[in-house]
Amino acid sequence: MSGFLAVLVVVLIFVVIFQIAKASEYVSILKGEKKSREQSNRINGFLMVVFLVLGLIGVWWCHDLFEGRMLGKSASKQGEGIDDLIRVTFIITIIVFVITQILLFWFAFKYQEKDGRKAFYFPHNNKLELIWTVIPAIVLTVLVAFGIRHWLRITSEAPKDAMIVEVTGSQFEWIVRYPGKDGQLGRKNFKLIDKAMNPVGQDWADSLNTDDAIAGELHVVVNKNVKLIIGSRDVVHDVGLSHFRLKMDAVPGIPTTLWFTPTITTAEMKKQSGNPDFVYELSCDQMCGSGHYSMRAVIVVETQAEYDAWLAQQPTQFAQAHPAPAAKPVAPVAPAVDSTKTVALAH
Amino acid sequence: MSNEATLHNQDLMHHGVEHGHGNGHDGHDHHHEETFISKYVFSMDHKMIAKQFLITGIIWAIIGAFFSVLFRLQLGYPDATFPWLESILGHWAEGGRITAEAYYALVTMHGTILVFFVLTAGLSGTFSNLLIPLQVGARDMASPFMNMLSYWFFFLASCLMMSSLFVQTGPASGGWTSYPPLSALGDASIGSKIGMDLWLMSMAIFVVSSLLGSLNYISTILNMRTKGMSMTKMPLTIWAFFFTAVLGVLSFPVLLSGFVLLLFDRHGGTSFYLSEIFVAGKVLPNEGGSAILYQHLFWFLGHPEVYIIILPAMGIVSEILAVSSRKPIFGYLAMVGSIFAITLLAFLVWAHHMFVTGLNPFLGAFFVLLTLLIAVPSAIKVFNWITTIWRGNIRFTPASLFSIGFVSTFISGGLTGIWLGNSAIDIHLHDTMFVIAHFHIVMGVSAFFGMFAGIYHWFPKLYGRYMNQTLGFIHFWITLVGAYLIFWPMHYMGMAGMPRRYFDYSNWQSFNMFGGLNEFISFVVIIVFATQLLFVFNFFYSIFKGRKLTTPNPWEATTLEWTTPINPGHGNWPGEIPEVHRWAYDYSKDGKDFIPQTVPVSPDESKH
Repeated sequence: MSGFLAVLVVVLIFVVIFQIAKASEYVSILKGEKKSREQSNRINGFLMVVFLVLGLIGVWWCHDLFEGRMLGKSASKQGEGIDDLIRVTFIITIIVFVITQILLFWFAFKYQEKDGRKAFYFPHNNKLELIWTVIPAIVLTVLVAFGIRHWLRITSEAPKDAMIVEVTGSQFEWIVRYPGKDGQLGRKNFKLIDKAMNPVGQDWADSLNTDDAIAGELHVVVNKNVKLIIGSRDVVHDVGLSHFRLKMDAVPGIPTTLWFTPTITTAEMKKQSGNPDFVYELSCDQMCGSGHYSMRAVIVVETQAEYDAWLAQQPTQFAQAHPAPAAKPVAPVAPAVDSTKTVALAH
Repeated sequence: MSNEATLHNQDLMHHGVEHGHGNGHDGHDHHHEETFISKYVFSMDHKMIAKQFLITGIIWAIIGAFFSVLFRLQLGYPDATFPWLESILGHWAEGGRITAEAYYALVTMHGTILVFFVLTAGLSGTFSNLLIPLQVGARDMASPFMNMLSYWFFFLASCLMMSSLFVQTGPASGGWTSYPPLSALGDASIGSKIGMDLWLMSMAIFVVSSLLGSLNYISTILNMRTKGMSMTKMPLTIWAFFFTAVLGVLSFPVLLSGFVLLLFDRHGGTSFYLSEIFVAGKVLPNEGGSAILYQHLFWFLGHPEVYIIILPAMGIVSEILAVSSRKPIFGYLAMVGSIFAITLLAFLVWAHHMFVTGLNPFLGAFFVLLTLLIAVPSAIKVFNWITTIWRGNIRFTPASLFSIGFVSTFISGGLTGIWLGNSAIDIHLHDTMFVIAHFHIVMGVSAFFGMFAGIYHWFPKLYGRYMNQTLGFIHFWITLVGAYLIFWPMHYMGMAGMPRRYFDYSNWQSFNMFGGLNEFISFVVIIVFATQLLFVFNFFYSIFKGRKLTTPNPWEATTLEWTTPINPGHGNWPGEIPEVHRWAYDYSKDGKDFIPQTVPVSPDESKH
């Protein structure tokens, strides 16, 4: 019933607007085209200025309102440079925005049709055109230079001392693999994937795999470079690290990498943000199916000691996949052995 | 004269189509009897085909915009239920709440419909068809028959796309870009079942339609200009349509190849895009393909596509700003040059959509450079438009208001392009609401403003009547204010990292601080949508009941279309095609308000 009423009200409003519009058309015919054009010029010219003034106030107000709701300080070293670049770009573009919008709407108001006004025949002026070709070109060159410099810096090879973590996207969860004590990830093969026992397809023939742990959270150490090895086991996902200002696609069959240096621990961020429940979140930023919006993982930035303690508690995937006789020592045959045999054995 | 020859050919073809209708027909008379079918359905008159494109586009626009209202309801009011949704969407909105699958289908179809069916076919299809023959002085397109086919292929594509909305597993739902493997595997998403096949077939036919149209536009502009109409005397609309068509011809085939390979992957067991996949509990045999290859093929069209959308709007706006300011367009040659530069660069920037795909960073750096280069010709255009209205004598018609609105939104959206084109910023903002804000303002809203301006301006030429001005003014102001209210705050959501294409943000701590804002945006969306319906009503009402034209040149413009009769027949000019003696922008020259292109240059006229 209320829905019907709502539709009725909308239709009524439409009819009223239409009747007014119709009436004003008749009036304009009676008044003569010139008179009515003068009137509509005045009204629209006035609205141009109103829109300009209210619009600029609105832009300022909007900025004021939302500035505090943003992510806060970048939680990675790389992100700081990105924030600087955003700040510079923001200042340049907002200046151009304000100037051009003022010119546009002010001219529209000022040069509205009036009796006795003659338009100025001004087909071209090479000097002016040169000015507004060269100035944008220079400004853009500066932005490009700064942008590319930082881009190449953050996308360069990860430092040698970086710890390695593998992040694999799957519909609709993140699987994070840690290399364990040896600091190296074992080989994997997508044909070995088993939903419960072997989520990323680790090759048990590779001894490097025995101490790899798998978790649903991404743990990283503060002020220590971390290199993410990113992959996907089904569709394209994207590792979104908004607090760190970074992201990288997870593509099936084509591993990608991303490295960064977290600078603020989760605990510290809880204090800074005044939110005792604060957590960093890892989001999926590439449309990946109906659960795309729920593909969330928690990121924990902690000290080395906390990290080591946490990792020690994580069971290895190898142990989970080989629950059988606990007595049997974990001494997989040397990695050189034919892998198919070991796989068969493992199952 | 080649035009006459074409017209004659065309008459012959008409006779062919009209089976025996022309038997007792006077061959010398061009105004032969036309049946309903040949005049309104299988018409070869470019003006009728323009109307067909326009009205089909309007219908699609209502559907596409309505879809956005539906998914905005979800974003704005995630906890509310709307029982009427279940009545129209059935099990896709059980209990009055849209399901995630339905949400993604709506988002995907909204994008597909508006980008391709409305802003490509509806905008370029309408105005290229209407204006190219009329403004270059031709009786019709180079091939009226191909032109007719272009519309009917579009119609067929429309039917297929429409039918996909009604299949049981729903339409495509992997985003308008349809990246594989998501779009290749029915097991990965319900929308990638039969809905995706229909989507691909529809798009393939759409490409055919677009090519038939574009080849025709190019050949008409190059070969069928009337006497005296050198390329540099053409109005900027024609230049814009010309480069739009060139972009389409060179890039749509690449998209088609991408789609064909995707079809092979779906049904032929090939592995162009598929590699190392484990989906729905099964390991797939595909190895060695590259999901990124599709993105290259897609964006090789996908990026030029945004210029295919915006260039016609730019041309229309340039023309209307000159007419309504009673001033020549400022820097005609710079305007042509900048369109050319944009066209050229459009082919060299596609990978800026792919900065975070794992693209070689060094290659990425080149794409940054080339992308930001586009800002230079864009800046030239903006400053030239502003200078065009400077010291003008502006008449505010709905068309000129929308043109001014276009410049405003093009500036706002263009400037954020400088953010996103810089890969080091894009790595933070990529696939966030910032991108939504950027491309909706610069391409969605701006292109629509150009389209609205064109419709209000050339409605008298289309139907011999005016649209209601007051409704036009109301339409403009609500739409302009609404567009900014909807999209401006989205920049801030994006800067806060809020990803796009999320069905629900409530589980996220990082992104749930904008709940109130989302509600506000959805509220504005509903109002703006209702206002567009007002426009649609004005359009259809005015076709039948609008104020009639009393003069053939209502806006006192210089271009050739206004030298035709109020309701021109097929062939456009009853007598000879007029000869052209000057460029299209002699407004306020030597104290004369305007000098039509057909007036010879007098010896004492000042030079420019």
